[in-house]
Amino acid sequence: MSDDVSTQIHEAIESAITENPVILFMKGTPDQPMCGFSARTVAILQSVGTPFAAVNILPDPRIRQELSTISNWPTIPQLFVDGEFVGGCDIVTEMYESGELQEALGVEAGENGANGAPTPEPAAQEPAPLSIENRL
Amino acid sequence: MAATDAPATPEELKERIEAGIPGATAAVTGDGHHFNAVVSAAAFTGLSRIAQHRLVYDVFGGEVGGRIHALSIQTKATASETENIA
Repeated sequence: MSDDVSTQIHEAIESAITENPVILFMKGTPDQPMCGFSARTVAILQSVGTPFAAVNILPDPRIRQELSTISNWPTIPQLFVDGEFVGGCDIVTEMYESGELQEALGVEAGENGANGAPTPEPAAQEPAPLSIENRL
Repeated sequence: MAATDAPATPEELKERIEAGIPGATAAVTGDGHHFNAVVSAAAFTGLSRIAQHRLVYDVFGGEVGGRIHALSIQTKATASETENIA
C-alpha cells in the first residue's frame, strides 16, 4: 500500500521536474521557508528574477525520500532547471556569484529583462499534485 | 567506522573526508549539527561541481540529513601532486 503511494509520489516528482522549467524542492514555501538553506536559495532565485515552481518537501517524508532517489543527492533544497538537477544551496550560491546560474536560467547577469522582453509574471504553473501544500 | 550515537565533530568529518577521498585535504567547521567543509583534492579535477560534492557526501552516506544534520560544501580541484615535483 505504502509502496503504491511512494510510487505515485515518485512519478509526481518526475512529472513536476519535467513540466516546470525551473523548480525548487525546499523546506517550507518561498513565503515561509523553514530552513536557512532553503531561504537563501529562494532569495537567490528571486534576485535573479526567474519565475520558479516550488515544492515543499516537509508535509510527507516520502517526498524527500523519493526526490533523493531521483537526484542521488542527500540534502534539501534541490534546484532543477530544464529537467536537470543543478544543485543545492552551496552550488546555487557559487553559480550565482560566478554568473553561471543566470546563464543557466537564460537571464543576463545584473540586467534582468534587458533583452526587451517584459519581465514575465510568475506563470501560474501548477507544480503537479504532490501535495496541497505546493504552490508557487 | 561511524561512531553511532556520539555527536559528530569537525575533526571527525575532516578525518573521514581525507581518508575517503584520495589526496584530499579538508577544513571543516561546525557545531555538531551544521558543518561547513572546504575540500581540495586532485580527484575533483575534470568533475562537475555536482560530482565533486557527491564524492564528499558519499563519504558519509545516510548520515547526511541524520546524524550530520547539514553539511555545506565548497570544493576545489587541485593540481596533481606529481606536477609540482621538480
